[in-house]
Amino acid sequence: MPEALLEARGLKTWFPVRSGVLQRTTGQVRAVDGVDLEIRRGETLGLVGESGCGKSTLGRSLLRLVEPTAGQILFKGKDLLRLGPAGMRRMRREMAMIFQDPFASLDPRQTVGGILAEALEIHGLHQGARQRQARIAELLDVVGLSPALAGRYPHEFSGGQRQRIGIARALAVDPSFIVCDEPISALDVSIQAQIVNLLERLQEQFKLTYLFIAHDLSVVKHISDRIAVMYLGKIVEMSAARELYRAPRHPYTASLLSAIPIPDPAVERGRERIILKGDVASPIDPPSGCRFRTRCFKAQPRCAESEPPLDTVQVGEHRAACYFPLEP
Amino acid sequence: MPGGAKAHLLELQNVRTELQLRDGVLTAVDCVSFHVDSGETLGIVGESGSGKTMTALSILRLLPRSGRVTNGQVRFKGRDLLALSEGEMEEIRGAEIAMIFQDPMTSLNPVFEVGWQVGEPLRLHRATGGRESMSKAVEMFSRVGIPEAARRVSQYPHMFSGGMRQRAMIAMGLSTEPSLLIADEPTTALDVTIQAQILELLRTLNREFGTATILITHNLGVVAGMCERVVVMYAGRVVEQGPTRDVFAHPQHPYTWSLLHSIPRLDDESGKPLRPVEGAPPDMLQLPPGCKFNPRCPFAIEQCSKEEPELLPVKGAQLARCWVTQAGDELTEPGA
Repeated sequence: MPEALLEARGLKTWFPVRSGVLQRTTGQVRAVDGVDLEIRRGETLGLVGESGCGKSTLGRSLLRLVEPTAGQILFKGKDLLRLGPAGMRRMRREMAMIFQDPFASLDPRQTVGGILAEALEIHGLHQGARQRQARIAELLDVVGLSPALAGRYPHEFSGGQRQRIGIARALAVDPSFIVCDEPISALDVSIQAQIVNLLERLQEQFKLTYLFIAHDLSVVKHISDRIAVMYLGKIVEMSAARELYRAPRHPYTASLLSAIPIPDPAVERGRERIILKGDVASPIDPPSGCRFRTRCFKAQPRCAESEPPLDTVQVGEHRAACYFPLEP
Repeated sequence: MPGGAKAHLLELQNVRTELQLRDGVLTAVDCVSFHVDSGETLGIVGESGSGKTMTALSILRLLPRSGRVTNGQVRFKGRDLLALSEGEMEEIRGAEIAMIFQDPMTSLNPVFEVGWQVGEPLRLHRATGGRESMSKAVEMFSRVGIPEAARRVSQYPHMFSGGMRQRAMIAMGLSTEPSLLIADEPTTALDVTIQAQILELLRTLNREFGTATILITHNLGVVAGMCERVVVMYAGRVVEQGPTRDVFAHPQHPYTWSLLHSIPRLDDESGKPLRPVEGAPPDMLQLPPGCKFNPRCPFAIEQCSKEEPELLPVKGAQLARCWVTQAGDELTEPGA
């Protein structure tokens, strides 16, 4: 088994809720509430869950783009949460992020070349005008854009091309780990496969490790080696990608899978669907015990009494946080 | 009706819709023809900018101020909607044809009780009194699966989750028992488990009320599970239409073919790389000559960049706007 590149232990990221004239803290949004996970060198770990489950906050916490409340993040064995500003700046060269909306994440007043130059400048990489130009040309080429476009502005590009620019910027520092946060969900359907294939090719070429965050399970299953399923701040199931699809153990994973429409009328008409009741509970005041129990079709009194840990079900690499798991 | 053929509930013929922009005239919808029969669910699928929403707004005459239908007919129950006065059109909207939108957050007024808003079409079109409209709203709330209906009718939109708001919009749309419901991306803003709830609700209501539905979506999976027939749009045109089963099994337009081959399927175990559609969606102000898909088409022949094909029957009940399949050629993996 390849070694872990990144490991999170007991990671919590809470946001205070303030109210009243004095802005007193009246509660905590427990966006990430006790997550243990490891990401292995060279793999793609998919992270899925519905809006508000904390998957984006988890991705940002791992890069310390938001400050975790508690826990450890070991990157190549070093605890990121104990690094000072200088140490963290050095570490930032090893990690990058690709965002959902390439339009909102690119400075509209800078040319593409300027955007990439800035990323190099911050870390003092490729100094000297000629070397920098050469590196920018190389980055554009590697994501499938013509280096001649370096003088253009973001608005002159289509959505798919803008996401390529976002990817080039992430690659600028030559990172080993990239958090891809919903990188294709803002793109037109016909463009999505181009970006998925590009990310796969770059991973191979540069030996990258990805955390791939998305709500679309079909894409996640396609690109990931392993998948973690998140619900209300917790990871509820984790396994190899195909195994998760073939034999989900957690009732939430099963209902999530059955809710994804398959683009084939012959298959789709015959499918049995698990339709969940109600909405996701509030992360400010999550239910006692298992957080999914308020919507779960298998819930028993025990589920309200204590919270099942992720290794409640453990078969090889497959783990699920459920007292009454589905049969494999 | 000519030849005594059975009249369709809704029929569009050669509709063209233009938008006056600063940079010129944008033809958002062109040569669009299709029909909907009573009780059926028709899917309109396409990417952003393909003209699917503009088509819906053209039917209801709810175009933005810069927009105008400049050609064609929209026949609903035998009447040309484009020829009606604004007053007559208001009688149709909400009473005969209802529309629900993608974002239930912005389509409800935040300062009125949700039940009062759901009852509005009844007060406007069915001369229902205020109190009676509220009790009808309670009834509609329970039919669309909003729990504690009697209490929730007097709540405000911000107290509803996204899924519950969309249920309320559907309740409003169906309160007058219209014969046609146009649902524009009704689940796109929702999470998948909530999407499954809403789609299940639309299926049930379609069975119970027999309301014909036009379901506009970019999600081919949603079409596969919901629609008997499908219309595929690209660059403002219908490029393919036919029974959903046939269109998915043997697409007759290269755009449909390419889309179906580019999306990952949850049940795919092959692990093969995806087969992307090359290029980018067209600039609607600078459409290419000939077939609008030809610059991205893996099957294009010389004729495709010169002359635009019409939408014609190709195979069984399938129509396609494509020189290649109209000539009888099959779409198979290029180079295979």
